[in-house]
Amino acid sequence: MIASDFSTVLPEVFLSLYAMLALVVFVYSGKDKHAALSIWLTSGVFLLLAAIIGLSSAPDTTSFNGMFVDDNFARFAKVVILLSAATVLVMGQDYATKHDMLKFEYPLLVALSVVGMMVMVSAGSLLTLYMGLELQSLALYVIAAFRRDSAKSTEAGLKYFVLGALSSGLLLYGASLVYGFAGTVEFAGIMQATQGGDLSMGLLLGLVFVISGMAFKVSAAPFHMWAPDVYEGAPTPVTAFFATAPKMAAMGLFARVVHDAFGGVIGEWQQVVAVLSVVSMFLGAVAAIGQGDIKRLMAYSSIAHMGFALMGLASGTAFGVQAMMVYMAIYVTMNIGMFAFILTMERDGRPVSDIASLHMYSKKEPLKALCVAALMFSMAGVPPFVGFFGKFYVLRAAYEANMAWLAVAGVVASVIGAFYYIRIVYFMYFSEAGEPLDANPVRRLHIILVISAALMIAGTFFSLFGIETLAQIAADSLAN
Amino acid sequence: MSNLLSLVTFIPLVAAVILALLSRGDSEDSQRNVKYLALAATVFTFVASLMVLFGFDSSNTGFQFVEEHSWLLGMQYKMGVDGISVLFVMLTTFTMPLVIAASWNVSHRLKEYMIAFLVLETLMIGVFCALDLVLFYMFFEAGLIPMFLIIGIWGGKARIYASFKFFLYTFLGSVLMLVAMVAMFADAGTTDMIVLLTHNFGSETLDVFGFQILGGAQTLMWIAFFASFAVKMPMWPVHTWLPDAHVQAPTAGSVVLAAILLKMGGYGFLRFSLPMFPVASDLLAPLVFWLSAIAIVYTSLVALSQQDMKKLIAYSSVAHMGYVTMGIFAANQQGVDGAIFQMISHGFISGALFLCVGVIYDRMHTRDIDAYGGLVNRMPSYALIFLFFTMANVGLPGTSGFVGEFLTLMGIFQVNTWVAMFAASGVILSAAYALWLYRRVVLGDLIKESLKSITDMGRREKMIFAPLVVMTLLLGVYPALVLDIIGPSVAALVETYHSNVAAHSIVSTAASTASY
Repeated sequence: MIASDFSTVLPEVFLSLYAMLALVVFVYSGKDKHAALSIWLTSGVFLLLAAIIGLSSAPDTTSFNGMFVDDNFARFAKVVILLSAATVLVMGQDYATKHDMLKFEYPLLVALSVVGMMVMVSAGSLLTLYMGLELQSLALYVIAAFRRDSAKSTEAGLKYFVLGALSSGLLLYGASLVYGFAGTVEFAGIMQATQGGDLSMGLLLGLVFVISGMAFKVSAAPFHMWAPDVYEGAPTPVTAFFATAPKMAAMGLFARVVHDAFGGVIGEWQQVVAVLSVVSMFLGAVAAIGQGDIKRLMAYSSIAHMGFALMGLASGTAFGVQAMMVYMAIYVTMNIGMFAFILTMERDGRPVSDIASLHMYSKKEPLKALCVAALMFSMAGVPPFVGFFGKFYVLRAAYEANMAWLAVAGVVASVIGAFYYIRIVYFMYFSEAGEPLDANPVRRLHIILVISAALMIAGTFFSLFGIETLAQIAADSLAN
Repeated sequence: MSNLLSLVTFIPLVAAVILALLSRGDSEDSQRNVKYLALAATVFTFVASLMVLFGFDSSNTGFQFVEEHSWLLGMQYKMGVDGISVLFVMLTTFTMPLVIAASWNVSHRLKEYMIAFLVLETLMIGVFCALDLVLFYMFFEAGLIPMFLIIGIWGGKARIYASFKFFLYTFLGSVLMLVAMVAMFADAGTTDMIVLLTHNFGSETLDVFGFQILGGAQTLMWIAFFASFAVKMPMWPVHTWLPDAHVQAPTAGSVVLAAILLKMGGYGFLRFSLPMFPVASDLLAPLVFWLSAIAIVYTSLVALSQQDMKKLIAYSSVAHMGYVTMGIFAANQQGVDGAIFQMISHGFISGALFLCVGVIYDRMHTRDIDAYGGLVNRMPSYALIFLFFTMANVGLPGTSGFVGEFLTLMGIFQVNTWVAMFAASGVILSAAYALWLYRRVVLGDLIKESLKSITDMGRREKMIFAPLVVMTLLLGVYPALVLDIIGPSVAALVETYHSNVAAHSIVSTAASTASY
């Protein structure tokens, strides 16, 4: 019994042991001397685990009396989380070296937060959920403030911490209400308690609080306020991390809770999620228009993207979950490429992030400008780029769930949002020439940018590399 | 040759990729190579498309040269042409070599320029060949990207405003169409347009937020498609992006915009709105008629007061597209025949007119009408060619402009005489603005100092106009060239349309009798 339980959490256990062991080893072997090694090592461990999890064909199992679920859905999410975390870690190395934040703790903190994320998407009860969430969040608070000497970074960390604590509180309060009224913290038990489709007032209240807490973690409006400040203030490699893996994890958790625990009362949370989706899409689209800082812009862009992903979830169907997973995978790929580019943005050796510094970028770096333009059009959802298919999936999910109004709202928001994406293209291709950016020699970032952009167009020709089927298998194991 | 259409569609794209990968530097030699490669690719595309035309059996009203491969999400990569689309493919492949040739003097970022146009050609041909909803949408929408860059990078002073307006305006129209496509997919379970053409979309009255929607789902989908195609067309009152885009775009961009991109709207009406939503089309045809009539009269009047030559021609385009929409929704043989004919002929004429503006813009760098006058003294051949196309634009019998206008007016007259009357007044107005433009620019004495040394058209420029003159005349005196190809397909379209509309009215009568 115990052995089989542990076999399901092996990757998580392995990763935690690695993080702790590495901490000890690096402390005793000269601290930051081997910081670069620790980045590569951690990244390698992520890749290894991604391969193990991705290739495993174990049946869907629950362990620890239903506390922990190991199914195709969790595996899909974990692979996306691990791959993106590995890429983002490697991406940040040169930046860290240059700006004096190459510390061996950084990759280990990322590793710990990844453990938290893996627990989140596998959660089978409210307690596991909270444990995973807090482990993730605590590590993230620290790395947001990782540049201790920078006022902006520490401010971002503090803001994130205070607001994050508030949201955790909301979530915990909701969880306790659910526990009180359902009599159990396990999702299967909650599912049983809500059988028949009637929800007591306490459970409903609990559900709403839990959803609010999770909405904060995915930075869906109106719980988005922290995102722009934290994105802007945190060091760019950390921002890149914030924009990718944690989003996938929080979305996975969101889907897990509403389907596994409240799958019997879809109608109750559907409206809430739909409203979150609409508000996020419009807020992300409108608020980003005035942004001059590309990191803030990406924050609003990610809010809008979360709105679209939530649209898939709001449909309440297996196809909706599939659409959401496809959307998230595409979103993560696009953001990795974009942040690889933002990491190269420097002038006189200092990082810059104002959009205006991209003046006539295409003149100097035609290939990179083309890649960024492709990513921008992909984010705007213009075919033939893959981003369009992500939008197409969620629109279809929403329409088939009789939410045509949500689909119409979504496309209108995407037109508004298109403005700021094509504005970046405008700056790169036909604005007035200004002081150019440094030619950044970091090959690794260029390669990641090019690969990400190439995937955006190649996916159209190669049927999205089969991600569709994988997402379908994942979704089926969640919402059956 | 089972994949001839794919070949035609993707030759320009392949050429664009070759240019992107192989061309280096800005030296004169490499610039020349870029131009010749682009020209060769477009000519080769045209030759390949001739094989489509000659292999096309016009008595067959179904789709020909069909090819099919499976793709993602249960969608297919499916291409094919029928009598309605084949000539649009030809129009595109015919126009593009001329467009490339007309850009011979461009030197600012020439490589990117040619790549943009070649990619655009692929996307435009794709729109007319696609037989899968999502594939169609992909080509339709992706065309915005190269055009956005063409206007933005090589455009005039207010290019930024124009390019953003162009992009966002058309994007807004098409995303609503996307939602309708999702709805069609959900309803019919397939994105195959051949199947969708025979699928009956629900037309029972629906109740949406308390509003009774006559024609039900069909009406809603029709409106969504209308939003996209009316903007693209463009119809009054959503035409305002066009004058801006035209004025700011470089000459070649204006030519492509007027000759081909506008036709996508009309093609969309013929391919989607009319056959797939017959009940809604029948219901909403009066709306289209009156919008078209207003477009014809109003934009003609607006054209009269323009100071900018390109803007004047842009407004004249909107007016001429009014005949097209009117003809399409008249839904009879003459109307639809005339609409397609008008689109083809407008492709030649308006393209040529924008080229005419380009000729003097290249010399004087202004499009202000007041800056010209008396050009006939220094540029006799230019005056002749400009006169020819001015007359064709007016619809002089013997030019292709006449046939299209006459057929559409005949078609609409059978359906709604009032609309026909208003629309016919546009013929006079078009004569007014076109001839007045001609007088102000070409006739009179050459008194402006700056024009004293202007030179007449060179051989390259004359060569560009020659094919357009030939086509305009040929179609003017022998319209059967086009009508024979489109005739059977149009007849089939019109017949299915009317039987569908009739079937619905029988159903609704039966339903209303049953309820009593």
